[in-house]
Amino acid sequence: MKNKYSVFSLIKNAFSYHENWQRAWKDPTPKKEYDAVIVGGGGHGLATAYYLAKKHNMNNIAVVEKGWIGGGNTGRNTTIIRSNYLWDASAGLYDHALKIWEGLSQELNYNVMFSQRGVMNLAHNLQDVRDLKRRTHANRLNGIDAVYLSTEEVKKFCPIINTSPDIRYPVLGGTLQRRAGTARHDAVAWGYARGADAMGVDIIQNCEVKGIKRNGDSVEGIETTKGFIKTKKVGVVAAGHSSVIANMAGLRLPLESKPLQALVSEPVKPIIDTVVMSNAVHAYVSQSDKGELVIGAGTDDYVSYTQKGSHQIVEGTLNAILELYPIFSRMRMLRQWGGIVDICPDASPILSKTSIKGLYFNCGWGTGGFKATPGSGDLFAHTIANDEPHKLNAAFNLNRFVSGDLVDEHGAAAVAH
Amino acid sequence: MFLINCPYCGERDQQEFKAGGEAHIERPKQPTELSDDEWAEYLFMRKNIKGVQFERWNHAHGCRKWFNMVRDTSNDEIKAIYKMGEKPPAQ
Repeated sequence: MKNKYSVFSLIKNAFSYHENWQRAWKDPTPKKEYDAVIVGGGGHGLATAYYLAKKHNMNNIAVVEKGWIGGGNTGRNTTIIRSNYLWDASAGLYDHALKIWEGLSQELNYNVMFSQRGVMNLAHNLQDVRDLKRRTHANRLNGIDAVYLSTEEVKKFCPIINTSPDIRYPVLGGTLQRRAGTARHDAVAWGYARGADAMGVDIIQNCEVKGIKRNGDSVEGIETTKGFIKTKKVGVVAAGHSSVIANMAGLRLPLESKPLQALVSEPVKPIIDTVVMSNAVHAYVSQSDKGELVIGAGTDDYVSYTQKGSHQIVEGTLNAILELYPIFSRMRMLRQWGGIVDICPDASPILSKTSIKGLYFNCGWGTGGFKATPGSGDLFAHTIANDEPHKLNAAFNLNRFVSGDLVDEHGAAAVAH
Repeated sequence: MFLINCPYCGERDQQEFKAGGEAHIERPKQPTELSDDEWAEYLFMRKNIKGVQFERWNHAHGCRKWFNMVRDTSNDEIKAIYKMGEKPPAQ
C-alpha cells in the first residue's frame, strides 16, 4: 500500500531530512505472461494502464518503456490543455479529458499543478476571424466554454500583447477558453505511474520492444530487450515511434513522424498569466511556475527521428513572438529541444483496434497530445478491456482512412500543423 | 537542418527545399478500379521508416525541380540523391 501524500507526511519526512520517502513505483523484472502489455511509458501509456487497473480490474498488466517514463514527448511538450476543437467528435474527446484534468490531482493524490489560467487564440486576418467565430459557436453548441474577444478585449485580458494596427499581422480579435490552461507534464507521468503501480501494474523501464509475435491474426506476445513476454493484448502508445512498432507487426499506419521544437527562456517575474496561441504566425507562449517563458515552435516538414529541428523554425516563431510581445525583445533563451510527433493526415488521433486481434494503437496525436492524456488513457483502456471502442473514441478508428470519414481538424486546431 | 546537394544547383541549405514525403508511391494506373482499401493504402498509409528511407524533395526556393533522396531518418544523413525517373540506388 502506498503512503498517502499529505501535509502530515511532508512534516513527518522533514524530520528525517526527506531521506526516507517511499519509492513512488517499483522496479520489477518482467513476468513471463501478462493479461495486457502497454508499449510506451509516457503519460498516455501510463494513464491507459492506470484506468485498465482501476476501471476494468485488469491488474496483471505491464507497461514497457524503452527509456525512462515520461522521457519522450510527455517531458517535451509545452503543457497546454484546452478542448476548444471544432468538430463534435474532437470536442467530445478533448472535453472528456479536460473534465478528468479538473479532478486529477485529488484522484491521483499527486499534484499535477493543473492551472486553469485560460487559453487565448488570436486572429490575424479576416479568415481567422471567421474561423474563430465559427469555432466559438461550435464549441458552445457542444457545451464547451468559449467566448470571442475583440481586439480591445484581447488587450485587456493580456496587456503585454502589441495590438497596434501597424504590425505585420495585426491582432483582429481572439477566442478565450477560461477552463483551459496548463499542467506540470512530469507530474502527470509520475502521478499515473504511482497510481498504476499501487494497483499492481508492473512498470518496466529500459525495456525496448524488438518484435511482436503473431499467431495468424492474433497477438501472442512481444520480444523485448528483457526477453519474451507472453500476452494476448498489446496496446501501443509509442507516439513518434508508432510506425516502428506497426512495421514489426506488418502493419502500415497513416502517420509521418516529424520533429517539433519548443524552447524556454531564462526565468523572470510573472508577466503573462494565461496561454496565448497564434495560428497564423505560429507563436504560442505561456509562463511556467518557475518563471520561464514556454514557447512552442512548429514542425519541420520532413520525416525525422532525430529529436532535433531546424533553426529557421525557431527563428520564425521568435520573429512572431517579438512582434506580438515587444517587451520580450531582450529575453534570453535558456533551452531548446525537439520531440518526434506522429502526424495523421487529418491531424486527429487514432485510438483503435487493428486488423490483428489483440493489437491496439493509440497514436497520431501529432503536435497536441498532452492535453488529452487522461481522456486518452481512459478511452484506450476501455477499448482494450472491451475489445470495442467507447462512443467518445469510436470516430477515431483506423478505418476512417478507408471509409473517408475523417475528423479533419487541420483548419480547426489552434496552431498550424 | 542540413545541406542538400540539389542535382541541378549543387549544395544548398535545407531551408531552400520542401520535403515531398515518401518516394516511389505509384499513382494507380486504373483509379476507377481501385477498392476503398487500395485508395487508403495509396493516399494515406506510409512506411514512415526509422532508418534509410526513399523520399521526394523539391528545391522550392531554387530551381523548383523535384528529385529523389535516400536519407537515414534516424540521423538525417543523406545517402544518395538522384533525379526523377532514375532508378533508385540499391541498398
